[in-house]
Amino acid sequence: MEFTDKHVMGLKDLLYRMADDLLILGHRNSEWTGLGPILEEDIAFSSMAQDKIGQSLALYEILHELGESEPDTVAFTRNAAQFHSCHLVELPIGEYDFSLVRHFFFDHQSALRMDMLVETVVEPLQMVARKFRGEIKYHTMHADLWLKQLANGTEEAKIRMQQSINETFPYALGMFENSLYETELIESGIFPGEAHLKDTWLQVVTEKLNAYGYSLPDIDQVIPVNGGRNGLHTEYLQPLLDEMTEVFSIDPSADW
Amino acid sequence: MKIDSLDPRIARANLDSNSQEGELHAMDHFQTYEVFEQKKRGTHHMHVGSVHAPNAELAMLFAKEQYTRRGQCVNIWVVQTSEILVTQYEDADMFENTPSKLHRDPNSYKVMDRIQAYKERQKNKA
Repeated sequence: MEFTDKHVMGLKDLLYRMADDLLILGHRNSEWTGLGPILEEDIAFSSMAQDKIGQSLALYEILHELGESEPDTVAFTRNAAQFHSCHLVELPIGEYDFSLVRHFFFDHQSALRMDMLVETVVEPLQMVARKFRGEIKYHTMHADLWLKQLANGTEEAKIRMQQSINETFPYALGMFENSLYETELIESGIFPGEAHLKDTWLQVVTEKLNAYGYSLPDIDQVIPVNGGRNGLHTEYLQPLLDEMTEVFSIDPSADW
Repeated sequence: MKIDSLDPRIARANLDSNSQEGELHAMDHFQTYEVFEQKKRGTHHMHVGSVHAPNAELAMLFAKEQYTRRGQCVNIWVVQTSEILVTQYEDADMFENTPSKLHRDPNSYKVMDRIQAYKERQKNKA
């Protein structure tokens, strides 16, 4: 079908929310570099953080083809209100239990979204989804194994993980805040919609958490933390951006 | 006295140098697993190093990022280091005569002459 302006705006919104989530979480997770619980985990977590930034670049490149600015400009010159990322990804790294739970919630969302986009009518996006599927498979495997491991660990480990799950869940639901263009995205075959993704995700994470011995709060009792997709952010995003863009602000032509 | 460390985690903990905190016990360290990677299907798995991990599943998880981030890999094996039986270096004399047993080297088989002769013929033909 022929794309109207609204379809293109919907597609851009979808790409921005994905790319911004990946860039911000990639930056956040890289804050663990050098501080990971053991050397091997430090390397694995840092490497996945780099993967996320690489994935965001691929999506910013599609946006560039659609007429948006260069990836570096888009990544380094916008202020917080121009970011479409959800609140989940901008929260500080906290303790490792929180970072692992966020990793679990986010990467299952990311994996399922990419699975859906393998079928999208937008060819460059389809190629990106195919390219990163394997990489994301490792990310979810990593999250799953850690959650399982800690469920079988000490009592303290289990309590801390469950607490983090309870506290993080409302933020995780914010990943699926509806776009203004849900109808256009769905009818055109670009993307099956945030509501559909949320249902699929909920089924997957519920099944896994229950299997490991955790529980998920009752979704009907939880208010999703929305706003990020429309540029409303927590106090934590702007300082992150200031730090991330420090070198770029001093010398936009710097090469490294 | 406070411990002054280059490791920010230790510096931040503000530890007393006489403190018992941070003392290591036998189970504080994970066991090690040896990692073998296969670069292509059908080729041998090669030993590439080891990882610390609490179990085989996590060893596999760590091995992937530790050893296969660069270059091609299609398969990984991990095995607990303590499961490997090793010879002692003091018994290395078992192997001493091996280099002199040339009859075990395929190069010294009589057939090599015939292979060489065949190669010569092929070369002359061409």
